[in-house]
Amino acid sequence: MNIWLIMLIGGLITFGMRFSLIFLFGKFEIPDTMRKALHYVPPAVLSAIIFPELLYRSNQLDVSLGNTRLLAGIVAILVAWFTKNTLLTILAGMLALLLLQLFIGT
Amino acid sequence: MNEARKTFWDGVRAEFPLLVGVFPFGMIYGVLALNAGLSKAASQMMSSMVFAGSAQFITAQLVSESAPAMVIILTIAVVNLRHMLYSASLAPYLKNVSLKWKVLLSYLLTDEAYAPSILQYEKEGVRPVSHWFLFGAGCALWSTWQISTAFGIFLGTAIPENWHLDFALALTFIAMVVPALKNRPMVAAAISAGLVALLAFSLPFKLGLILAALTGILVGTIMEGRKSPEGAL
Repeated sequence: MNIWLIMLIGGLITFGMRFSLIFLFGKFEIPDTMRKALHYVPPAVLSAIIFPELLYRSNQLDVSLGNTRLLAGIVAILVAWFTKNTLLTILAGMLALLLLQLFIGT
Repeated sequence: MNEARKTFWDGVRAEFPLLVGVFPFGMIYGVLALNAGLSKAASQMMSSMVFAGSAQFITAQLVSESAPAMVIILTIAVVNLRHMLYSASLAPYLKNVSLKWKVLLSYLLTDEAYAPSILQYEKEGVRPVSHWFLFGAGCALWSTWQISTAFGIFLGTAIPENWHLDFALALTFIAMVVPALKNRPMVAAAISAGLVALLAFSLPFKLGLILAALTGILVGTIMEGRKSPEGAL
């Protein structure tokens, strides 16, 4: 099959999934439990992205002190918790990563 | 109209920190797609036809391995399954907009547009102009993704890897999720999802991510059911 056709079908499927529930919402009754459950999508999905980003280095679980991203991530989590400030959190995390790399190496 | 414009720019602004991490990803994708044997035109167009980072990376990879078309298409579908969760999660906030808007916003719905938008919506509820926020975030991401893809195709990855700009993406997600952890069920959802994501990391096609997300949602919902929703930390 032609690559353009693959991209077209892949794109349509992707769009279909993004559109699916936005489109269907309101067309049928949504159970209360489902409504509640949806509030947990953001923390669940974002943590599922964040944890491996911090703890997996080149496809290996790394919980050592040599894992600079993990340490910088913890700094960012603390800053986010206490300041609730997006920009400050990112700056603190980046700065922590740079400093840690200077001292610990990659 | 003025309020709509303001909301649009709020969305654009909320997207900014994520763009720092997205830009190098787009360039790497561009380089990877060319190396996989895709033409420049196809490499560029995939960024607007599929418009989904991880699916594009995997597609380029599969093309270079000459995988059968059906395998590639199925892979794109599975990798992008998580978008159904985003769709469900945003649906209540977009129920009042026209079909045209729903189509447009669905096309723009990615991880990076979803995250700032849903947190904004959970904070302030539905307003008549709410959809402009997602539109702003989506437009900012879409244009950055197209431009960074082009950079990658025509200039290569010009940003040194040891700048670690990709880390900005994880940091932005941290900045978004941590302040949203307001009660025990939320914390439990986040931690259980994170742990399952670690355990299921080796599953192919981002299935680990979906499994983790579903676990977190389940844990949070069960805990909320057992205690009062206001159960403070």
